[in-house]
Amino acid sequence: MIKSVYRAVVCALLVLVATDVRAQLVIEITRGQEDAIPIAIVPFGWESTGTAPIDVAEIVAADLQRSGRFAPLDRKDMIERPTRGEQIRFQDWRYLRSDFIVVGRLMPDGPDRYATEFELYNVLTGQRLTGHRLSASTGSLRAMAHRVADIVFEQLTGIRGAFSTRIAFISVEGTPPQQRYKLIVADADGENQQVIASSSEPLMSPAWSPDGQSIAYVSFEDKTSAIYVQTLRTGERRRVSARAGINGAPAWSPDGRKLALTLSRKDGDVDVYILDLATQVLTRMSFDPGIDTEPAWSPDGRKLYFMSDRAGGPQIYEVDIDQPNRARRVTFEGSYNARPRVSPDGKQLAVVHLDRGNFRIATVDLATKAVRVLTQGRQDESPSFAPNGATLIYATQDRGRGVLATVSIDGRVQQKLTASSGDVREPAWSPFPPEPAARTARTGAE
Amino acid sequence: MRITQLLLIVVSGLALAGCPKKPTTIAEGQTQEGPTGAETGTSLDSGDVSGSALSAEEAALEEARRVGTIIYFDYDRAEIKPEYVPIIAAHAKYLNGNPNRRVRLEGHTDERGSREYNIGLGERRAQAVRRALMLQGVTEAQITTVSYGEERPAVLGSDESAYAKNRRVEFVYSR
Repeated sequence: MIKSVYRAVVCALLVLVATDVRAQLVIEITRGQEDAIPIAIVPFGWESTGTAPIDVAEIVAADLQRSGRFAPLDRKDMIERPTRGEQIRFQDWRYLRSDFIVVGRLMPDGPDRYATEFELYNVLTGQRLTGHRLSASTGSLRAMAHRVADIVFEQLTGIRGAFSTRIAFISVEGTPPQQRYKLIVADADGENQQVIASSSEPLMSPAWSPDGQSIAYVSFEDKTSAIYVQTLRTGERRRVSARAGINGAPAWSPDGRKLALTLSRKDGDVDVYILDLATQVLTRMSFDPGIDTEPAWSPDGRKLYFMSDRAGGPQIYEVDIDQPNRARRVTFEGSYNARPRVSPDGKQLAVVHLDRGNFRIATVDLATKAVRVLTQGRQDESPSFAPNGATLIYATQDRGRGVLATVSIDGRVQQKLTASSGDVREPAWSPFPPEPAARTARTGAE
Repeated sequence: MRITQLLLIVVSGLALAGCPKKPTTIAEGQTQEGPTGAETGTSLDSGDVSGSALSAEEAALEEARRVGTIIYFDYDRAEIKPEYVPIIAAHAKYLNGNPNRRVRLEGHTDERGSREYNIGLGERRAQAVRRALMLQGVTEAQITTVSYGEERPAVLGSDESAYAKNRRVEFVYSR
């Protein structure tokens, strides 16, 4: 009895801490798309007693708004609130200049479960574009709402939605030499923050495993760098590289079996290696006496891109895994190109590019080698692609503080994610979650 | 929605049902061991404590520390500038006279440029100091290096004066 009371108190404390953390990231859209698609996300009907456990429509509208491609209609302007297709009076919504409308309902679905049914219509033609039934436990209702946004987004843009994904990042509080470093994972909308690891020594370079179940990162907890792999669900943690010198820049191979990483060994020569996680076998991938680091895999797993200062300043090189001796230079525009990340389609790199004295995020088209600067900061770094390739998240500075920001791949949509305290940095966008096929059902006739 | 995903969301959401998993709190390192005011060149008098006469070894270390414990670098460079040669010489003298003592060289950079490149640059700086010590007779076994890149700045700030203080290698002796 006492034990269970104790446990309840501990739970309450943790939840309090979590609530505090949860309020931290505030998203502000700094630049939207002018031709955003007007859409009405009507508040969902609640088919039970009391109040609904979640406002699905609010979450869907916020997701679509944040994408910058949609302009959801303000609720105050809705003169009626249909919850089924047959209740929609299309002429009213045409008058409100919404091109599309989403209507739906939320209902209990057994103990501790809820289901939602929703439909998407073209307001101009009255055509029903899609309809689905989704079900989730009480603890995953936000995830269910993000899934609704994913479906609507994909139906209208042809691009898979990334609202059900997560971001990992590092937060730092305090002033030197007393600083606290945290590795945090949050939903893509900044909600549901969870501290994965916390240390008084630096934590850096988080990298998602391709299955989204684990994160590799660098920790200095033993007063020297080491790479750890931590499973998110269980918290289980494994030290995978703690060799003399640098252990840095982990990057998972697409099959999840290997890590590319940076080692300096005893002689201090900083080079890229591949570590087989099962056999612990190391294969050297770069051979220059300069600094070679920041490896990134091509999506087919055959090539590594990495940064090297062998030609003077940092530039990006590529190497075939089978022929590590033959590195080829990839970037030529500008005196500084570093921290490559490969787009999901393998066609471009996101890099940190020195643009007239400012570090900014740029893309490099791998076919044409054309560089396109996407951001306007002074100290922008650590770009990471959303798994649908449509958006990049990166770290920037805002009034002397580290904040996260996103930019659409065409540079048109930008937003800032500001933490309420401390610095946040090194964002890493998760892969897509596994297809939630089992619990999603398409409803009605097309 | 698959069970694994649901579990993930439940765990990550610190859901109402069940006690959530605690985050990994990594045991506190001895942060006090890091750079302090006593190591920034002009040493504080630790001799104030009455009756604590310094041993010959401690006095020799104090002597080296008085010359300096931090070497500063130019932007994106790892060459040791002439004004820091006396610091290297002082610590080489101490380490040569005390072959069982070890020094830890901590390389740092300013915040400009990418983080992992800066880890490489901090290592390059620490290695430059290591080589200079070894040229003066210090053995390999007496030296360890670590690069913190830009992760542990001496001071916060995004101006040249802050940058200059952060581009450094610190000599750290542990007991």
